[in-house]
Amino acid sequence: MDNINIDTLDNIQLDVLKEIGNIGAGNATTALSQMINKKVDMGVPKVNISEFKELSDVLGGAENQVVGILLNVDGEINGMMMFILEKTSAHNLVNILMGKELNTFEDFTEIDLSALKEIGNIITGAYLSSLSSLTNLKIVSSIPYMAIDMAGAILSVPAIEFGKIGDKALLIQTEFGEGEDKVFGNFILIPDVKSYGTILKSLGITE
Amino acid sequence: MEEKIKVGMADLNVCVSPGILTTLGLGSCVGIVLYDPIKKVGGLAHIMLPDSTQIKNNSNLAKFADTGIKKLIDDMTKLGANKKRLVAKLAGGAQMFSFKSNNDLMRIGDRNVEASIKMLQTLGIRILSKDTGKNYGRTIEFYTETGELLIKTIGKEIKII
Repeated sequence: MDNINIDTLDNIQLDVLKEIGNIGAGNATTALSQMINKKVDMGVPKVNISEFKELSDVLGGAENQVVGILLNVDGEINGMMMFILEKTSAHNLVNILMGKELNTFEDFTEIDLSALKEIGNIITGAYLSSLSSLTNLKIVSSIPYMAIDMAGAILSVPAIEFGKIGDKALLIQTEFGEGEDKVFGNFILIPDVKSYGTILKSLGITE
Repeated sequence: MEEKIKVGMADLNVCVSPGILTTLGLGSCVGIVLYDPIKKVGGLAHIMLPDSTQIKNNSNLAKFADTGIKKLIDDMTKLGANKKRLVAKLAGGAQMFSFKSNNDLMRIGDRNVEASIKMLQTLGIRILSKDTGKNYGRTIEFYTETGELLIKTIGKEIKII
């Protein structure tokens, strides 16, 4: 079974995909926690199967301003990995990392941007390497690309990839937060349809 | 204030004056507006991909530039629009992430814009104005009363085309 139909995933398959989000995001939040030397809480992962027109609802609406860090994923699993932070959270994270006391959240400096990119690189790397060791599949990721814009516009990039093969998108989404919601964001793993089959097969869920 | 009719990703809708059509957070997708200025009938499609013939699963007409434009015309004709009078405006087709590679997959915004223009030309529909490309998201509102297309981007002034 190489191709999985997004519309007909059963509960066991959904649970497995959630668990993948759980483990991947667990490692990533640990990496983040070590980097900022603070405890980071993680939410229960959700598997969102949404129609394109409802896609950006998962990120607080199409116009919600977010920082998106995107990596292309290749190897035995193909797709994209996105790390999304609300803009204020991204500023707070930079404050924690760089020891700043910034209260205006208008613009990021060049250094802030490169720090954010590096955070993206480290924690998505942690997510993907745990996925790789869990499934025993080879995963290669690109360098991180970053954009700060409306959630809808940022999500259009992976959505278009899904658009080529179906009418719905499947996101494995995990929220995380640090202290009084100072840093709050999402990990989103977006494998292509063929890769769902590969993941489930590698875990012995499907033939 | 007239209530705005929301059009989602891979979705389309039509209305008559004084209706307002809107789509939020356009990224690499393209918002295609068609308008009959005499009957004041407007239509808006939020397309994701250039060409339905390249894709197996193509039942959602609003997802593609070619089928989306045709469906808009059909739906607008039902509201009394005359196909010969239709004019078009375009927005979106951004490249949200600045990938270094030149491969086609990453130029999807440009390809969506090119395909939309080509389809409109084939159908003999004149393009009045466009705000496409670049690297930012756009929210658009189309006012069927005036034929104005309002474009909002983060950190920039509102633009009317």
